[in-house]
Amino acid sequence: MIDLPPALIFIFGAFFIPFIKGKAKSAFLVLLPVVGFINLLFLPEGIHWTVNFLGFQLVFGKIDKLSMVWGYIFHIISFISIIFALHVKKDLDYWATFVYAGSALGVVFSGDLISLFFFWEMMTIGSVCLVLARRTKAAYEAALRYSVVHIVGGLFLLAGIVIHANTTGSIEFKYLGLSNLGTYLIFLGFGVNCAWPILHAWLPDAYPEATITGTVVLSAFTTKTAVYVLARAFPGTPILIVIGTIMTAFPIFYAVIENDLRRVLSYSLINQVGFMVVGIGIGTEMSINGTAAHAFSHIIYKALLFMSMGSVLHMTGKINGTDLGGLYKTMPITAVFCMIGAASISGFPLFSGFISKSMVITATGDGHYTLVWLVLMFASAGVFHHSGIKIPYFAFFAHDSGIRTKEPPLNMMIAMGIAAFLCIFIGIFPGLLYSILPYPVDFVPYTGAHVMEMLQILFFSALAFTYLMVNGIYPPELKAINLDTDWLYRKGSKLFLRLARNPVEAIDTCFGQLYMNLVTKPGLKVAQGIWKIFDVEIIDGLVNQVAIFAKDCGQYIRHLQTGHVRNYALMMVVGFVVILYFFIG
Amino acid sequence: MKKELTIFDNPENAKKVRIILYVLCALLFLGDVFVHKHGHFGWDEWFGFFAIYGFVCCVGLVLAAKHWLRTLTKRDEDYYD
Repeated sequence: MIDLPPALIFIFGAFFIPFIKGKAKSAFLVLLPVVGFINLLFLPEGIHWTVNFLGFQLVFGKIDKLSMVWGYIFHIISFISIIFALHVKKDLDYWATFVYAGSALGVVFSGDLISLFFFWEMMTIGSVCLVLARRTKAAYEAALRYSVVHIVGGLFLLAGIVIHANTTGSIEFKYLGLSNLGTYLIFLGFGVNCAWPILHAWLPDAYPEATITGTVVLSAFTTKTAVYVLARAFPGTPILIVIGTIMTAFPIFYAVIENDLRRVLSYSLINQVGFMVVGIGIGTEMSINGTAAHAFSHIIYKALLFMSMGSVLHMTGKINGTDLGGLYKTMPITAVFCMIGAASISGFPLFSGFISKSMVITATGDGHYTLVWLVLMFASAGVFHHSGIKIPYFAFFAHDSGIRTKEPPLNMMIAMGIAAFLCIFIGIFPGLLYSILPYPVDFVPYTGAHVMEMLQILFFSALAFTYLMVNGIYPPELKAINLDTDWLYRKGSKLFLRLARNPVEAIDTCFGQLYMNLVTKPGLKVAQGIWKIFDVEIIDGLVNQVAIFAKDCGQYIRHLQTGHVRNYALMMVVGFVVILYFFIG
Repeated sequence: MKKELTIFDNPENAKKVRIILYVLCALLFLGDVFVHKHGHFGWDEWFGFFAIYGFVCCVGLVLAAKHWLRTLTKRDEDYYD
């Protein structure tokens, strides 16, 4: 059997999609991840597919236990989400899905920073297409903001790679640690995709605007690829514990008051990635195992939740909590799938979240990170509150919205069924998942104390929800949006431009005046002097030409000065990077 | 058209679900007696710690989100248009 780079199968396969029609296309789409998975199963550990590029060695296959966890789950989720999308009739959606998923595999298996960066940027292209494919004005604008944020993040990564390569002479992608300016910039570039606090706003901004099927795909790859690269390059970096802890806590406040249920899920996605980031920061074998296991189970239950909400949106055209309710009457099976996803994300015993999240929490306890442990417990209660109860409750129960619909198409049901099965299977038989983790697992999830602790937290959270609901204290869903840090570039930039325009104009006028006084006027005076000395008839034409030339120069320089502020900003960033490059190099 | 489920149209049924929840909470709270705990910090072995912590966290979360975050960040749906 010929071993192929996993990324190649997806990306190469994507280009055949437009040429295949009808049932053959569906078969091809479903088979592509299956073929990829079989190929993956036979890949031997080690370094494969190296290419020499300008004196650097590019590695397209760094196969070890860490990268394989992500390899397996990325294939599984591609398979599930492509089944979920089989009713879609647009090639762009499929093409973008496979380019995006393939690039994510490319990042996971790359053994050097150059090919990593290449696939990193291709992921941005694929994911932007998945947002654009919704073909609405809101989606178009969100895609634009999404791409700007990721391009800036990519620039940090690129600058970091260049500086790191210059400092150390190595482009190998391995443990880096925060050792030089280059690795700090790489760290920050990874952080943008990982949705770190303040840098996170692209996620709840863009994901709910993507297509119904696109959001399912998006939820799996970008943030989890970032988790992988952080686990590879920065395990045991203490600042990650702080970042991860904040990530678990702040989004749940937003999730409580958010009306768009896919946006609620986007916030809880950040919350769940927070657990993984904490695991990386602690950096013990137990915590890295916890991160890998949690990424694996999270991808499945998060996709299941997005699929169930996608089904609701597909069938009713509505996704706001204020417009929904009572759908259990006509979509009972979807409701059950949603609740299985909800139970998994909440970490109910016998569901997948329980056996992975408790590894990270136990690792924080073992390390005696008291405050972190308390926040993670708070976040566990909170995620049950909004993803576990709020999502199913407001969509399928609560007040009867009067909407009467039916279950979504068969392909969507099958995809949700597979994901729901895996959530329960992993929860009941964690051994299989534990056996593929990077380190040997010395952890028993199902002890009396663990189960009791989690059940108490969860049931008393449910009790709190019931108490607040029955007494009318729970905040009603409102037709409103909530500001987040994307305000900074959606409103703040306009404000900045308005403020900046006056000083810029003043400087421009000042330069114009200066030029007029220093060049044009003396030039004219000289010309006048010359005119007095020489014959007007002979010199006249020449002097006019000088004056006109000087005036033209002035015009040209004035144009340079009045350029758009963003051009200046871009030049400043580029200049900054260039200076850094020479300074460090 | 398939027949609709209407089980929760009857408020009695919703009430039954709530009662089941109350009973389960009570059982879990008392169940602490039978579990041998091995906590990391000491106070996490206190009787009913996880139950009380879960309840307090959730009420606090909702009140903070309702009164503080919503006051600060709520805008009309067409705010950015």
